[in-house]
Amino acid sequence: MSDRNPRMLDNDEFMLETSPRELTQNPLRKIWMPCRNGHIAHRRVCMTNCPTIIVTVGLPARGKTYISKKLTRYLNWIGVPTKEFNVGQYRRECLKIYKSFEFFRPDNEEGLKIRHQCATSALNDVRQYLSIEGGQVAVFDATNTTRERRGTIVKFAEQSGFKVFFVESVCEDPDVIAQNIVQVKLGSPDYIHCDTEEAIEDFMKRIKCYESSYQPLDEVLDRDLSYIKIMDVGRRYLVNRVMDHIQSRIVYYLMNIHITPRSIYLCRHGESDLNIKGRIGGDSGLSARGREFAKSLGEFLQDQNIKDLKVWTSQMKRTIQTAESLGVPYEQWKSLNEINAGVCEEMMYEEIQENFPLEFALRDQDKYRYRYPKGESYEDLVQRLEPVIMELERQENVLVVCHQAVMRCLLAYFLDKTADELPYLKCPLHTVLKLTPMAYGCKVESVYLGVDSVNTHRDRPENVNVQRTTEDALGTVPLHF
Amino acid sequence: MMRGCSSRPKLAQNQDRAVCMTNCPTLIVTVGLPARGKTYISKKLTRYLNWIGVPTREFNVGQYRREFVKIYKSFEFFRPDNEEGLKIRRQCASAALNDVRQYLTEEGGQVAVFDATNTTRERRETIIQFAEQNGFKVFFVESVCEDPDVIQENIVQVKLGSPDYTNCNTEEAVEDFMKRIKCYENSYETLDEVLDRDLSYIKIVDVGQRYLVNRVLDHIQSRIVYYLMNIHITPRSIYLCRHGESELNVKGRIGGDSGLTPGGKKFAKKLSNFIQSQVISDLKVWTSQMKRTIQTAEALSVPYEQWKVLNEIDAGVCEELMYEEIQDHYPLEFALRDQDKYRYRYPKGESYEDLVQRLEPVIMELERQENVLVICHQAVMRCLLAYFLDKTAEELPYLKCPLHTVLKLTPVAYGCKVESICLNVEAVNTHRERPENVEVSRMSEEALLTVPAHQ
Repeated sequence: MSDRNPRMLDNDEFMLETSPRELTQNPLRKIWMPCRNGHIAHRRVCMTNCPTIIVTVGLPARGKTYISKKLTRYLNWIGVPTKEFNVGQYRRECLKIYKSFEFFRPDNEEGLKIRHQCATSALNDVRQYLSIEGGQVAVFDATNTTRERRGTIVKFAEQSGFKVFFVESVCEDPDVIAQNIVQVKLGSPDYIHCDTEEAIEDFMKRIKCYESSYQPLDEVLDRDLSYIKIMDVGRRYLVNRVMDHIQSRIVYYLMNIHITPRSIYLCRHGESDLNIKGRIGGDSGLSARGREFAKSLGEFLQDQNIKDLKVWTSQMKRTIQTAESLGVPYEQWKSLNEINAGVCEEMMYEEIQENFPLEFALRDQDKYRYRYPKGESYEDLVQRLEPVIMELERQENVLVVCHQAVMRCLLAYFLDKTADELPYLKCPLHTVLKLTPMAYGCKVESVYLGVDSVNTHRDRPENVNVQRTTEDALGTVPLHF
Repeated sequence: MMRGCSSRPKLAQNQDRAVCMTNCPTLIVTVGLPARGKTYISKKLTRYLNWIGVPTREFNVGQYRREFVKIYKSFEFFRPDNEEGLKIRRQCASAALNDVRQYLTEEGGQVAVFDATNTTRERRETIIQFAEQNGFKVFFVESVCEDPDVIQENIVQVKLGSPDYTNCNTEEAVEDFMKRIKCYENSYETLDEVLDRDLSYIKIVDVGQRYLVNRVLDHIQSRIVYYLMNIHITPRSIYLCRHGESELNVKGRIGGDSGLTPGGKKFAKKLSNFIQSQVISDLKVWTSQMKRTIQTAEALSVPYEQWKVLNEIDAGVCEELMYEEIQDHYPLEFALRDQDKYRYRYPKGESYEDLVQRLEPVIMELERQENVLVICHQAVMRCLLAYFLDKTAEELPYLKCPLHTVLKLTPVAYGCKVESICLNVEAVNTHRERPENVEVSRMSEEALLTVPAHQ
């Protein structure tokens, strides 16, 4: 929605225009925009009026970085440019070598000075990102355990015209904390040269350094701040003064995520009749090989011995046929339907090139934002898949039987892929991806179930110019019958 | 997203398996002193859940009391030492719970909202046991507020007009009600962070300034929390209208992406005048991504936001056809649509039911916003209107949303005031009533009887 164009009217000029302007449809995104003398006057649609800085609060090993990274990944996926700034990283770059918890002692003047400098440096980068680089949200990830430090950040935000939203994580469950240390601290650069026992001992002492000065967000003293306090890994939440849409979405997201171990299985339907013919879209049934895959999928799942597996499909025949073969209940989601190719539905790439060479070229130029005439774009897909992602976050073990473009979108969310990478992610038929959340990311296991199929992946050709030859356009079309 | 189902999860063998939001029914229980917005929340939540397809009903114990006691004399009825009163109130609560059980176990209800003060731990414990015995989940919604202005406003908006006070003047009513509140205050045990840590609940403090959320157990509770955290009571108005008359409109064709006719452009100008005359503070304007709504908004000379989800219903293979052509080429489809216009999905297109699902984020954002003008389309406007006016799935697809008419919706008391403003620019009629004969075997004439005139 934010087209960069040489001649953009700003809001003031926009408001001065009195006569109704002509509309022109952007050829790539199929968005109607007013134009005057061929120039586009385009208003960005903002989720927020001004940038937001999310500030984490909490003792070490309370999941602040986990939350920061996950939130950043989610916001970027839904199209809100977000970046995290981990003060610990700055400290590691400044200090080079971590010796021991002594660095964090509250009476260590040298340490305090360095940590203060690192926080300042990070805030400067935040300002740069939000004011100059087009960022919308910055996640400032540090302990921020004193009211004084938070006051500094609030002032900084006020001066720069940013909104502030605090995310505090409070937890006293020793098991959770121990698990946290094992998962993400032992492997930290700080502890590369320590054995497990030494590392844990040092880290516990590190936590102690913060405890005496910790001032949690207070219902009374901090009643004018906007924040969410997450208690005991999501058992309880305190939400104060949610100011706008983005904060509301952030709260909703944070209240739906959990850390219970589980796996998400993603795969496409079995090979379909239209797949074999090299045609896109449509609502065809499975080919013989597709049915074979469905059977193998059933066997694979039984071997995996998954507890309480939920199975989701789209409302298209080929995914439902695949799920039917599993012999377990499944849920149909219309929002999991394949991308709507509009006028190109059921065409071969060769036919698209023949009938709509301009469209075909535009798609190669910007596959993420390109919208098929009377159809959808990957960008549209992400929007309609957001409730699926939200529910996947709530659930535990789930198998999603979907489609190529849909699977690319879901995968991009879990693997933090950019909008440019997303439409070219490889999601071949008859292959299951098993995603298991691990530390700050996601482990991916790719399981090919050994049933042959056509390849439906078309790489971006070298020549994406509108005047390219047919050969250039069709150079990367995969084989089909 | 999901369509609610009114029965337990079915096996995959059934065609068109509805997706369940909850495994077992849920009982939402309000908690709070009088005049804290419990009934407002109950009714709004019920309306929202029904609109997204979750069969929900509210059970207001005060109603049961009014039916029982017939004539309300004074606050004395609610005195904690009034044995007779206590007995009646307990009976009313039991009667209401029985109806809840009936609704959730026999009538296919998914959610029941039990609206009463429920201010003591003892009363809430009774309800929990009742729910456990019947296999219902319980979710408490407590409203806590000590702001005297808010309470005063509440009393003026919804208590003065209550059947309890028809024969009182304002001063008497307010005085009596304040004493009524006092009757509850001594025994009020608010949901406690420690004592009630095993319960699932949301505590709303000071009309949404702060929320405490404890143990959200499932999807529906998560959606309820999200909804409650987005609503507000700041006075505002929502304006709904369609685009100006379009080229395809005058040809009697549905869908497509055509531009405005001269009449449509005239409407857009008048809309601009109208909006200016309303002197609306901070009006947000939303359109779809179709040319005709954007052209309409352009005439307003104010910034507007384009939402793809506000696009008109996708008529699939019937896009840009006249009803006569649909009858000609797809008589079966045409009949099926008349049989169940809400659930009917065009081949390669959408149903009204699909529309509601994709409009849910619009409704959520409308709840967050204040003054908004939504320029949209016939089917879309019907869906939005049905939400605000609590229309059923059967009524929704036949709501009248004529061209060149603005509906101004202003929340008032427990509902919505509607003002219909026709901007006096002629336009075709695009409203097709349900014909008498919806049988597949019907004749063309019968099918096309209710098609509105066009060029």
